This record gives sequence, C-alpha cells and structure tokens, in this order.
Amino acid sequence: MWAYVMKRVLLMIPTVLGAAVIIFCLLRLMPGDVCELKVGADGGNYDLQQIEICRADLGLNDPTIVQFGKFVLGIATFDFGNSMWTGRPITYEMGLRFELSLQVAIMATLVALIISIPLGTLSAVYQNTWIDYVVRMVSIAGIAIPSFWLGILIILALLNISEALTGTRWTPPIEYVPLWEDPWYNLQMLIWPAVATGYRYSSVATRMTRSSLLEVLREDYVRTARAKGLKEKLIINRHALGNALLPVVTIIGIEFAFLMGGLVVTEQVFNLNGLGKLLVQSVTFNDYSMTQAIVMVIVLVFVLTNFVVDILYAWLDPRIRYS
Amino acid sequence: MRTKLWKFALGAVAAAAMSTGAIAQEPKSGGILTFVVASEAPSYDGHVETTFGVIHPIAPFYSLLIRVNPENPSDPTDLQCDVCESWEVSADGLTYTYKIPDGIVFHDGTPLTAADVAATYNKIVFPPEGIASSYKDFYVMVNSVTAPDAHTVVFQLDYPSGAYLPAMANPFNFIYSKKDLDEHGYTWHKANINGTGPFMFKSMDPGASVEGVKNPNYHHKGRPYLDGFKAIIATKMSARVQAIEGDRASIEFRGFPPKQRDDLVAALGDKITVQESDWNCVLIVTPNHRRAPMNDVRVRRALSLAIDRWGGSEYLSKIAIVKTVGGIVYPNHPLAATEEELVQIAGYGKDLDANRAESRRLLEESGIDLSKTYIFNNRGVDQPYQVVGTWLVDQWKQVGLNFEQQVNPSPVFYDILRKTHEHDVSIDFNCQSVINPIADVSFFIPGGGSNHSGVEDQGMIDMYNELSKAGTLEEQRKLMRAYEKRVLDETASQFITLWWYKINPYRSYVKGWSIAPSHYLAQQLDQIWLDQ
Repeated sequence: MWAYVMKRVLLMIPTVLGAAVIIFCLLRLMPGDVCELKVGADGGNYDLQQIEICRADLGLNDPTIVQFGKFVLGIATFDFGNSMWTGRPITYEMGLRFELSLQVAIMATLVALIISIPLGTLSAVYQNTWIDYVVRMVSIAGIAIPSFWLGILIILALLNISEALTGTRWTPPIEYVPLWEDPWYNLQMLIWPAVATGYRYSSVATRMTRSSLLEVLREDYVRTARAKGLKEKLIINRHALGNALLPVVTIIGIEFAFLMGGLVVTEQVFNLNGLGKLLVQSVTFNDYSMTQAIVMVIVLVFVLTNFVVDILYAWLDPRIRYS
Repeated sequence: MRTKLWKFALGAVAAAAMSTGAIAQEPKSGGILTFVVASEAPSYDGHVETTFGVIHPIAPFYSLLIRVNPENPSDPTDLQCDVCESWEVSADGLTYTYKIPDGIVFHDGTPLTAADVAATYNKIVFPPEGIASSYKDFYVMVNSVTAPDAHTVVFQLDYPSGAYLPAMANPFNFIYSKKDLDEHGYTWHKANINGTGPFMFKSMDPGASVEGVKNPNYHHKGRPYLDGFKAIIATKMSARVQAIEGDRASIEFRGFPPKQRDDLVAALGDKITVQESDWNCVLIVTPNHRRAPMNDVRVRRALSLAIDRWGGSEYLSKIAIVKTVGGIVYPNHPLAATEEELVQIAGYGKDLDANRAESRRLLEESGIDLSKTYIFNNRGVDQPYQVVGTWLVDQWKQVGLNFEQQVNPSPVFYDILRKTHEHDVSIDFNCQSVINPIADVSFFIPGGGSNHSGVEDQGMIDMYNELSKAGTLEEQRKLMRAYEKRVLDETASQFITLWWYKINPYRSYVKGWSIAPSHYLAQQLDQIWLDQ
C-alpha cells in the first residue's frame, strides 16, 4: 500500500508543474494588461505615463523568465505575492474566500449525497417502473438546468413566497458571516446556493449510482447471494451498493474539486465572496498573479482530491493496489 | 442659446425644489446606511484610482477642498467650500486664495492646516517621479500651490482657465495629512485611510464590504446624520436589484436600467423612490483613421448621418441607460449646444430621410466597397455598450453598410482600440465626474491620450488650446461650437451616440440624497438620513 501511495504522490509533481507552465503561458497570450484597466477603464483620461508607472510597480516590465521564476517560487513556498489589482497579499485574499467556498462545497456535497444515493438506488432497484422514470426525469432535469439559473429561480421564489406569507419580500443575506459566529445567519445565506449546486451535482451522482448499481446487480456474486436466499435489502446494502459506489466516489471527488473554484456564476447570483467570484474578477482585470494563484490552488485541490480518490479506490478494492 | 439657458435654469430650479423638499423634513439622526457597489476599490488612493468602486465606499472618509453642493448636485456651477471657509480670485484670474479655518481634525487627531491642502495638491498636480497621479492633467494651468500660512492656500495659474475651478471639485481629490505623506510616503494611502470626512474607517472585508462609523468631530456641524454606513460589493446586477428588493441594501448609487427600475417599482410601490438625471457619460463612435475606408472623411460623415439619434433616444431609453441627444458637451450645461445648434451638425438633423440620402450619396462618392463587412469593436458590457452597439449596426445597415460587431471582454476591447487597431470602427466612451466641459472635451484632442482614432488635425488642437484659455462664458461658448463642429461634422473624427441617463431607484426611507449627473459626485454621505 505504501508503494502505491508514494507512486501517486510522485505523479502529482509533474502534473502540478505542467499546469503551472500552461496557465502562465496562456495568461501571457491574453491581450491587454491590468494597468490598462486600472488606469483607463472607467471613462477617465487615459494617461500613458500612469500606465508605465503601474507596469513598473507590478513587475510587468520584467523579462518573462523572471516572472515565471517568481511564480514557480511562489508555488513552492505558497507565497504568490500581491494581487495586481488590489495590492493585497494573494494568500490573504484567497484565505478569506477559501472558507466560504469550502463550506458551500461541503454543504452541496451533503445535499448531493442525501439526494443521489437513495434515489439512484431506488431507480436501479425499481428499474423501468414509474419510480425509475420519475428519478431519471428529476436527475436529467438537474443536469440540464444550470445551477446559476436555478439559483435565480430560488431567489425569485423566496421573494414571492415570503411576500405571500409575511407581506415582506425576503432575500437571502448578501454578506457572509462565518458559521461559528452566527450559524443561523450563515445558513440563511448558504443553504440556497448549496441546494442550487447540490441538485445539479446530485443528478450526475444519481445517474452514476443507478447505472453502476444495475451493473453490479447483474454480477454472479449477487445472483449467488439471491440463490442463497438472502433478503434483497441485505444484498443491496451489504453486497451490491459498496461495490457500486466506486465510480460514484470518483464523481463526487471531481465535483467537489470543481465546486471549490467553479461556482463562478452561482457565486455572483447569490453574491458569495468565494474563490469562483475572485477568479472571475481576476480574469476580468487581467490580474495575472491572482489568476495564476487561484488556478494553481484549484489544480492542487483537483490533484489532492484525485489522490484521495485513488487511495479510497485502493482501500475499497484491494485488487487495485496489488495490480 | 436662450432656450438652453432657460432649460438649465429650469433644471436648477427643479433641483432646488427637490433639495428644499428634503430640507423641509427635519433630518433624523441615527441608523446605518447599507448600499451596494458594483465594483471593488483597487486601492484606497483617490489620487491614483479612477473608478466609482473607490468613490462610493471611500469618499465618505475624506474631505475635499471644494465640492459640488451635495444638496444641489445637479447644478454643475454650484460649488461650495468643504475644508475651506471661502475662496477669492484675483482680478486677472491667475491667483486663487483659499482660507482654511481652525477646528478641522484628521481621524487620527491631527489638526488640518493649509499645509495639508498644499501637500495634497502638490502630490496631485506635481507628483514626484514614479508616483502616479491620475488627475494631474486637469491642472495643466496651475503653476504652483503654496501655503504661506496655516490658514491660506494659494494656487497660482499660468493663464486663466474656465476648467480650473470645476477641476478643484474633483471628488477624487481627497485631502491627505502632510504628516502622513512625509512620514509614510506617497503610496501609504493605497492601503491606509486617514481623512477628515464625515465617517471614520471601521473595517474592510476584501471583495465583500467596507464599513464606516460617524465622525463625531466632523467640521460640518450637525452632520453626518447617519451613525455609519456599510458598502457591500455586489458585482452582479441581479444581486444588487434583489438586495434592494429584499431590503438587504437601501440604495445603489451608480444606477439601474429602466427594466430594473420598473421591476422594483412594481414590486415595492411607494417603498421605492426613483430619481433620474442626465449623466455625464457618453458612448462615442471612434473610426479608425489609420486605415481605409475610415481615413476618408466622407465615409465617416456618412456613418454619422446614418444614425437616427432623435428616434434612438425615444426607443433606446426604454431598454438602456441612454437617452439624451447632445453634442460633445454634457447636455444640461450652459456650454452645451442648443437644439437649434445641434441640428446644424451632420447626423443631428431631424429629417432622417434627408440625412440618410446624404449618407448614401457620400458613400457612393467615396467608392467604398459595400459588399464588404467591416469590423466594429465593442465592449462586452451589456449596459449600454451592447445595446447601443447593436442599434448602431442596424443604423448603418440602413445605408447599406455591413458591420460585424465584435463584442470583446474589456482587456481585449482596450487592446484593439488602443494598441492593435484591428478594427474599422470602435466604441469608446467619455465618463467624467464634475461637469467641466472644457476639460471633458479634451477627450477629442488629436494625439491626446484619450483619443484613439488616430486622427491628425493641428487645426483642432489649436482650437482646443484657444478654448482652454478663453475667459468669458460667451467666448468659451463660441469657441466650443466651432470645436464641436470641427470634431463632429467637418472632420467627423469621432461622433456622439446618445448621452447616458442615470436612474436611481432606492428605498423611500433614505432621505436627503439628490441625484447627481455623475455617479462620482456627492458621495460623502453627510447629507443622507434615514426616515425609519
């Protein structure tokens, strides 16, 4: 098992370095720079001298190789420097958003698990019955509906329902308060984006649970268990579901990593000051240093999540680590 | 001229009536004003930044030397002292002397003197090498800024200029403490706040909010009325509208499109108050003079003649934040063209058929290839860029010109407009704070930093130089008309679409706030109170 783990750890290094090179080069291919936007994007007078001062201050006039060296050093030391837009330390800016994004990701994952495992199982067990059709319809709808659009619908529904019930129009809070400071306020804000993203997330997992369980239910050992006279409930819960969940774990891992930085529009709809919103802003402002750092953090989250998934695989199925 | 002045006077009377209405109610003290802002401040330094993302959350911490009257901000000539108690102008118009009273203190307890004002303006007007100052070009007429004693600041001008005094009310000219500048350097204010404004800095949550609390030592006695304010950053318009709808925020100072105004009014009825105003922002069509066919004045004039501005004003104002037909000067200013003067300019005549017939004639005469599709560079911002851009493409199609509208994200848009010039025509815009027509129209100067058309015209430059030194309003007006005719008609170097229109729906319990013709103005919040 340790050899397997070490192999996976070593494989992470070229992945991270490759991603660093790609993101660095791609950003330099983008037209314009942050100083053009800082100095002259709001309709004021456009002053070339101000732009030159700004570029010099931000190190944009340094040779590309020097900029790349600073970036790689930043990854190694986890000190990405300062945001080109706000001038504040990037780790500080990201740290503030990371907490919110992590909470939304965890809550959305919980919502997805609560929905997907029971529904996927029911759908497989009652294949081609009305239950299966309803579950499939609900899950296909979840895949088809973008989370941000569902988010807008949720907010509109809250406005109208609250007015009908209380006479006052109510929307979720638009300013984040940590869970431990004010749990009720925090949940009032975050439960809705968690539901909006968790629903889409659950749809993918529901369909994966269903198809995976259907496959397992046709395995010889399940037939043998049935032949032995075991109860169907016991066969599903103890023998089939565990094995069927392997691909579901992969999906959950990938989706969780995606949620950490991919809720770009949903975060804006609910005014969540998370990593996704920060990423969009940094791209909009051509804030290279911030964009690079966020992308690298997302890459690290993906790599680490996949690492955990690989370990879980090996733990759930010993054949993997022995192969 | 007479009509314009009459309209201007009427506007001033209406604005005065509005502010009188607010004063008639006794202001109440207390409460926290929560408002939403669409943009985050890149830094706190007003002398460097140019965005309203700085003004809305940071201006309440600072004072200015003089400011636009916050109770009558629609009148561009109603300027008042903020940290000064009076100012005098010498007979030759070259020396401005400001008197600074005792009793004004910075939030850290340091008394404000004339030396602080002089140090601030020396930083803005004469920044040291390597120090950014986004507004120094406003003060090209200023020769020196001195503080002969603790109560006197003297601005010595090289020549009298009508652009000087409005420029002094620039809302970005935060008064800094000389002590801070001397001890901490000229970049300290990017990340630190120490002003004499109505509110003191309380906290900032990056990307989320800025909070201020009442300054008990504020020099305008009895103010501010509020106990504090909270500015919440909400970049998505739907989030800002819903925040007001759900009373998570009371107001958004920049403005909403007509649809959002109508939605809020429909949902909340008399709980919402709406103020509307012309806006000192305008989208400008900028042909690329560097390449054919836009290097031909006939083609450029044809483009302008094809635009139905009067009709567009009527129907675009229902869906976008544009409305008023105007020339190069903010429409409600005494220096702006009257309607009679406007219709003399190519593309402003009210006979659309005649305009377009002339447009087609010019195109034919120029020999332009009408089978070709030309590139129109536009900015990927819905309001009002894309709405106006789509309208323009249709207008040009009416005379047989085909344009492909390339909607680009801001960095790409600017790169094309300012550097690569891979376009035939581009949108550009001029959006200023204090209405200062003589400074604002410097946008069109050939070779100037803001003019990206590539036009070369020494005559136009000479006309502007003469205008900038004109002493009387009548003289300025005459020269402005000639300059305007040169820009929009004779050379058609660039041309105006429609002026923006500011719409501010907000919670009715917010009192004392009067709409300004710019989202940068009257944002210190000392005049606002809550009727709750």
